[in-house]
Amino acid sequence: MSHHLVVRVIAKLLIPFILLFGLYVQFHGDFGPGGGFQAGVIFAAAFVLYALVYGLENARRIIPDKYIRMGTALGVLIFAGTGVAAMLLGANYLDYSVLAHDPPHGQHLGIFVVEFGVGLTVASVMVAIFFAFAGRGHKIDEMED
Amino acid sequence: MVLTVFLIIRLHNLFAVVMLSGIYSLLAATFFVVVDGVDVAFTEAAVGAGISTVLMLGALSLTTQHEKVAARSTWVPLAVVAVTGAALVYGTLDMPNYGDPDAPIHNHVAPRYIEDSLKETSVPNMVTAVLASYRGYDTLGEVTVIFTAGVGVLLLLVRVTGRRREEDEDAA
Repeated sequence: MSHHLVVRVIAKLLIPFILLFGLYVQFHGDFGPGGGFQAGVIFAAAFVLYALVYGLENARRIIPDKYIRMGTALGVLIFAGTGVAAMLLGANYLDYSVLAHDPPHGQHLGIFVVEFGVGLTVASVMVAIFFAFAGRGHKIDEMED
Repeated sequence: MVLTVFLIIRLHNLFAVVMLSGIYSLLAATFFVVVDGVDVAFTEAAVGAGISTVLMLGALSLTTQHEKVAARSTWVPLAVVAVTGAALVYGTLDMPNYGDPDAPIHNHVAPRYIEDSLKETSVPNMVTAVLASYRGYDTLGEVTVIFTAGVGVLLLLVRVTGRRREEDEDAA
């Protein structure tokens, strides 16, 4: 698809906004609809769009597979680690109340961190699965022609 | 939505089926918006209509675009599906009506969430508060499931390509 000029230009215009919207959904999930799961998928969609339009190799150059695989595990670790941090501070596992000076702030901080972990894992897994599918056999961009 | 489902069953071109399932997900998302489940609608639109359609297309590019004609009779699977469906519908007959204020779900922990979640978590979006804080274990489990799924796909698909690329490099 790499020689379709309109698609390339539109994709280039759209991708920053998709990433920005993903971040908005991620960090505004406390106030509006959304959260880690949705944000992760939106964030991954931006990379998938990039890979579809500009080719898999270019997308792989931006985020090497190594970092994607690290991301999948790191998100789960952040989530579980938040629970352990709460335990070390003397509360139950995943009870965020002790993470800050008073319980509501601690809860807010805990949810924020945990949602970040969710988003990281979801985005990494989605990109990893897409790369795994697209990397096999003939390349996606050649197929679309 | 019903029309798309019938088309999905009837069509044999898998490309069209993937597109129709994307449309189905988008319609389902609008349905969730109508019943005020904005978070669920968001997820359905992003995952069902977006990513899974792309992944299905990726899978199609590895296989074939046309459905193979079933060699065996389809009556036994049809009977199994019909009986399971009938059992599920029979199960829903005991459920309270939609929006019934006396339904058990509205009298168990929901009032506590509605009244206290803002005070206890200072997060205005109740769905986020329940998902990430009150039901933190469940969400941790879900993230672990996604992680496991990702690891599974990587194990199944990536090793082969890795070996093949090494062979390519050896050849070159």
